[in-house]
Amino acid sequence: MTYTGLAVISLVVVVVLDVWVLRTRLLGKSNFWLAYLIMLFFQLLTNAVLTGQEVVQYRGAVIIGSGNDELDVIPFIGAGRIAYAPMEDLVFGFSFILLTLSAWIWLGRRRAEAVAPDRDVDVDRAEQTTR
Amino acid sequence: MTYAGVLLFIVLGSVWLEFVFKLGVFRQWKRLLGALLIGITPFIVWDLWAVRADHWSFDPAQVAAFRLPGELPLEEFLFFPIVGLAGILTYEGVTKVRSHFQSRSS
Repeated sequence: MTYTGLAVISLVVVVVLDVWVLRTRLLGKSNFWLAYLIMLFFQLLTNAVLTGQEVVQYRGAVIIGSGNDELDVIPFIGAGRIAYAPMEDLVFGFSFILLTLSAWIWLGRRRAEAVAPDRDVDVDRAEQTTR
Repeated sequence: MTYAGVLLFIVLGSVWLEFVFKLGVFRQWKRLLGALLIGITPFIVWDLWAVRADHWSFDPAQVAAFRLPGELPLEEFLFFPIVGLAGILTYEGVTKVRSHFQSRSS
């Protein structure tokens, strides 16, 4: 299995968890997307250091772009790289953030329901006002 | 120590949100640990597997000499709780700031 294949599978799994299993529905909330855009900016920045300085090196056979074994110089953009990093890293990061936040919201909701079981409607309403 | 520097930057860039916006994320430490555990576990497993399968590797000169089981550098392991926490603080920060402005305008 390639990094590309695993990234796609991870994305499918976390989307299913967010929408249907944990039903946190972060993908439908503008707060999530705004937070993700902020995270994405810092991912591009920090991962550019890690991949541009070749702290982390990738094997070309398992990514869409070229691996460190196939490149003399890592391009900032091009050869399947975005800010030096393989494009798969963006999916890896998105999946990790979505799963972590989905778990955070799910655990918070469970806690609110345990404190006041009949107030789950209010919890949903409070979340809707922040959309 | 390039990787350690990157981690320090992420910590400094995110933890202030808790105190400036009074997010109360650390006060809910059980919920925080639970969310991090759920979020981190599958990605650590993926990372360990990927290193074994030679999907990616780390430059020994730019990470700490200390290795966790599975040959993961210490920094690579710390990456997950640090970035997971940064994500939660960012989401809670965005939620707090936006609800503040929405309640003022209505």
